[in-house]
Amino acid sequence: MTTTTPETALAARKVRPFYWSVRRELWEHRSLYIAPLAAAGVVLFGFLISAMNLSHFRGAILSLDPEKRAAVASIPYFIAAAVVIMTAAIVGVLYSLGALHNERRDRTILFWKSLPVSDLTTVLSKASIPLVILPAIVFVVILALQLVMLAVNTVVLAADGLGSPTVQLLLPQMTVVLAYGLVAMALWYAPIWGWLLLVSAWARRTPSLWAFLPPLALIVLEKVAFDTSHFGELVANRLQAFDQAFVEIPRHSGMHVLPEPDPLRFLSNPDLWTGLAVAAAFLAAAVWVRRYREPI
Amino acid sequence: MPCIEARGLRKAYGATVAVDGIDLRVEEGRILGLIGPNGAGKSTALNAILGLTPFQGELKVLGRNPWTQRDQLMRDVCFIADVAVLPRWMRVSQALDYVAGVHPRFDRAKADAFLAKTDIKRTSLVRQLSKGMVAQLHLALVMAIDAKLLVLDEPTLGLDLLYRKQFYDTLLNDYFDGSRTIVVTTHQVEEVQHILTDLMFINHGRIVLSCSMDDFETRYLELMARPEQVAEARALKPIHERQVFGRSLMLFDSVDRERLAPLGEVRTASIADLFVAVMGGQTQGATA
Repeated sequence: MTTTTPETALAARKVRPFYWSVRRELWEHRSLYIAPLAAAGVVLFGFLISAMNLSHFRGAILSLDPEKRAAVASIPYFIAAAVVIMTAAIVGVLYSLGALHNERRDRTILFWKSLPVSDLTTVLSKASIPLVILPAIVFVVILALQLVMLAVNTVVLAADGLGSPTVQLLLPQMTVVLAYGLVAMALWYAPIWGWLLLVSAWARRTPSLWAFLPPLALIVLEKVAFDTSHFGELVANRLQAFDQAFVEIPRHSGMHVLPEPDPLRFLSNPDLWTGLAVAAAFLAAAVWVRRYREPI
Repeated sequence: MPCIEARGLRKAYGATVAVDGIDLRVEEGRILGLIGPNGAGKSTALNAILGLTPFQGELKVLGRNPWTQRDQLMRDVCFIADVAVLPRWMRVSQALDYVAGVHPRFDRAKADAFLAKTDIKRTSLVRQLSKGMVAQLHLALVMAIDAKLLVLDEPTLGLDLLYRKQFYDTLLNDYFDGSRTIVVTTHQVEEVQHILTDLMFINHGRIVLSCSMDDFETRYLELMARPEQVAEARALKPIHERQVFGRSLMLFDSVDRERLAPLGEVRTASIADLFVAVMGGQTQGATA
């Protein structure tokens, strides 16, 4: 055996437990960025094929007035954004359900707990994935995807003599709406992410069932026992009412190019703040549960 | 200040009492072997010491309550709970980066130096390493942490003899410096006998025996009695007797070597023999 290095000075080295915990999550769950990228790849491939056929619609597009033309031309961009967001949502749900469960199942929790990283830091680092990291990934991926689509559009349209694509003008606005929408989405859906993480910390097995069946059972129970559906409405409202982050679109108002952010309406909605309080409670409970949990 | 001090430490899971009122005092700089059959309460006691489970009674580790002050305590305490708890998806380099990033007392140069002596590649995934190499990696990480207390719960389970021997040799030569405290549980008691300074047997949640290894060596003697003197030897009340190749092997507690020497061959008992003698009556099939 070689000699032991002399005792190094104990002057506390700078450590960043939160930063490294988040990096650790990204090392382990590469699907967090690979899946959105793959979805973007699929969209781009489809878009390239459709762009080659664009000239078939040339007449139809030219006959529209400029505002409608921009709306029609921007549709693929919305679809692209929606596909990437949906993909990220699925990845986020799967991630959250496993985040505090898998470490117990594979016993690695014994390693993580042997290091000076508190349960609070660990749970917050895992919560930051669906709340901060995934939205950031989604934003970058969508922006890159839309820029590539725009470049393709420009080339194809110019070649076809259709002139410069009007959608070009919309892109800066779309980016702002996207950034606003992602932030609003993270805040609005925070209690759902909190719930998934809590179930993940608590369930001994099949966290996916524990996440969805008890709320469903509660809805059925309430309906059968009291013939009311307050809880069901609460859940449905949480899932659907995200559109409150934007200006209400009156019916029969014709075609709208972009949803218009309405931060005042969003921030003054008491449901938002109740939701955030519930999310904080779920996360606090997850921290508490993780303290007591042993490998399974 | 003792490193670990417990009074009336107790832990029950429902009606099952895992640890039943343990009094314990481990001074700084000791290497304590905690030996007991499966389900004796060793792991529960260690979990309480490591702040992994709440407990009843008094327990102080490095002067702190491990359950309520765990976050501060873990800067000075390190443990290997099992051989296979390093995440299998992790790269060796990532494990080093991560521990360096979160542990203020981690000395990366030390870990690198230790790994350089092994066949472990930085780019390997933990899942690609053999079980012995995973244990080496874990040991490298732990040894590079300047902890005051190191707890090892079955650290060599499932490793082959060479890795086991190397594990303990490394621990003793490169890590232990007389100021650190080590607590180790294992079933392979023969392999740790020479490194321990203190010995503790635990069974049914209670401490059955506790002594320093210095005491152990003077107190417990094994006699292979000559056939014609077996009766005479038995009169000295051995705590255990067994037959080996038709001869009687007797274990004595606190009987002078001079009194035993005329009756046959006398040697210092092994922990394993004492374990069987003490536990044999209480539990079936204990040592590995």
